[in-house]
Amino acid sequence: MTTNDVVVTGLGATTPLGGDVESTWEGLLAGRSGIAPLEFDWVEKFELPAKIAAQLAVEPTETLPRVEARRLDRCEQVAMVAARQAWADSGHSEDTVDLERLGVVIGTGIGGAITLLHQDDLLETAGLRKVSPLTVPMLMPNGPAAHVGLDLKARAGVHAPVSACASGAEALAWAWRMLRSGEADVVVAGGAEACITAIPVAGFCQARTMSTRNDDPTRASRPFDIGRDGFVLGEGAGIMVLERADFAAARGAKVYGRLAGIGTSSDGYHITAADPEGIGQSRAIAAALRNAGVDPIDIGHVNCHATSTPVGDVIEPQAVRRAIGDHPVLTAPKGNLGHLLGAAGAVEAIATVLSIRDSVIPATLNLENLDPKVQLDVVSGEPRKMHLTAAVNNSFGFGGHNVSLVFTSA
Amino acid sequence: MSSIEEIQKGLAEIVEEVAGVAADDVSVDKSFVDDLDIDSLSMVEIAVQAEDKFGVKIPDDELANLKTVGDAVNYIASNA
Repeated sequence: MTTNDVVVTGLGATTPLGGDVESTWEGLLAGRSGIAPLEFDWVEKFELPAKIAAQLAVEPTETLPRVEARRLDRCEQVAMVAARQAWADSGHSEDTVDLERLGVVIGTGIGGAITLLHQDDLLETAGLRKVSPLTVPMLMPNGPAAHVGLDLKARAGVHAPVSACASGAEALAWAWRMLRSGEADVVVAGGAEACITAIPVAGFCQARTMSTRNDDPTRASRPFDIGRDGFVLGEGAGIMVLERADFAAARGAKVYGRLAGIGTSSDGYHITAADPEGIGQSRAIAAALRNAGVDPIDIGHVNCHATSTPVGDVIEPQAVRRAIGDHPVLTAPKGNLGHLLGAAGAVEAIATVLSIRDSVIPATLNLENLDPKVQLDVVSGEPRKMHLTAAVNNSFGFGGHNVSLVFTSA
Repeated sequence: MSSIEEIQKGLAEIVEEVAGVAADDVSVDKSFVDDLDIDSLSMVEIAVQAEDKFGVKIPDDELANLKTVGDAVNYIASNA
């Protein structure tokens, strides 16, 4: 390990499987599903084809003070909950880092859609006076990053990458760059999303990307399975505390592992569809391996982006084979979690780190009949015990954004 | 028409709801900004709720002059 290395020293999450990292990880290993019917009246009102979602296991208002919660959009609430967990887990305080050397990078795919829609309703029905003065800070996509930055008094820079479903991973990549370039000693980074409301669901349904297996919610999200029919929308947040290895060592911090390298690319192909051969995806993976200085043969595991869509799931394995080879063992946590959009990459990066730490890869929930086009070893049924020294986590987003992260053991 | 006491009690309830300041602490001598740590965004929310509760109009240029809880109570009492 060199002084320039980036290590993971804190983890935080709130997801459809649990209100923290431990319960989420336990849920992944136990093969639990976070998906259930949507109880909102707008589902029937608009006759939405998708009537299921992966909603939070623990409401953020259970832990946030009432006045703070009312000033935050739901996506900001989940960011705050996960960031405070990660910060506490890292052992940091205001005294352990020069605040001018502390950064925050938190991405979101959609931002404060619930606020935007609610305030528009108020404007239409009750007029200007009823529109909240907090509307803009609640709906802006940099809101989650800004609020966490303010909470921590971070002054090295607060950033909010927006790249659809790659946003959370892109935030970790951005944090890695800040640390490697010497802009910061510590960066709190990840993704947040909470947009389970009528118009995002309607829009995704119209794009024909969502599962309509409404009568069997827990089996609806089934990455790599031949019977998959689309993704299931989820909500949540995942946050990591990343810091320079020498800085972490000097304060005697507990280290989960290393974010050894990051790779990003863009497809230049289509606004929603991935390049069918996965060329852009494999370029991102290859770049991450190069940045990490890790030989492809040492990558034992890939935590996949696979969302359970018929088209997308068969592209990523091609990219993995091209960039890494046939040997990595794959899993896809969206079978349990649903698709957390801008939080997905961050939550799944946490799972990747924990797979290395605990030498175990969770099974892909609902993978019963592997699509024959996926010619790789995908864990199904039970978690697989496996010693890992290095693993890859992939995230891809509408717009052709590809982000690949390489994690290694501590 | 509400009494001064009723206005102060009603205003304190609004301040507690919006800004989380205990109603008992919202006394007439307190400054919204310096004592109760209420920002300009919350002041707009408080003004809108006070308008609804007391049937009074609080234009922006008047709102800027309401520095203390007492200023607000007196304005509402005079203009409701």
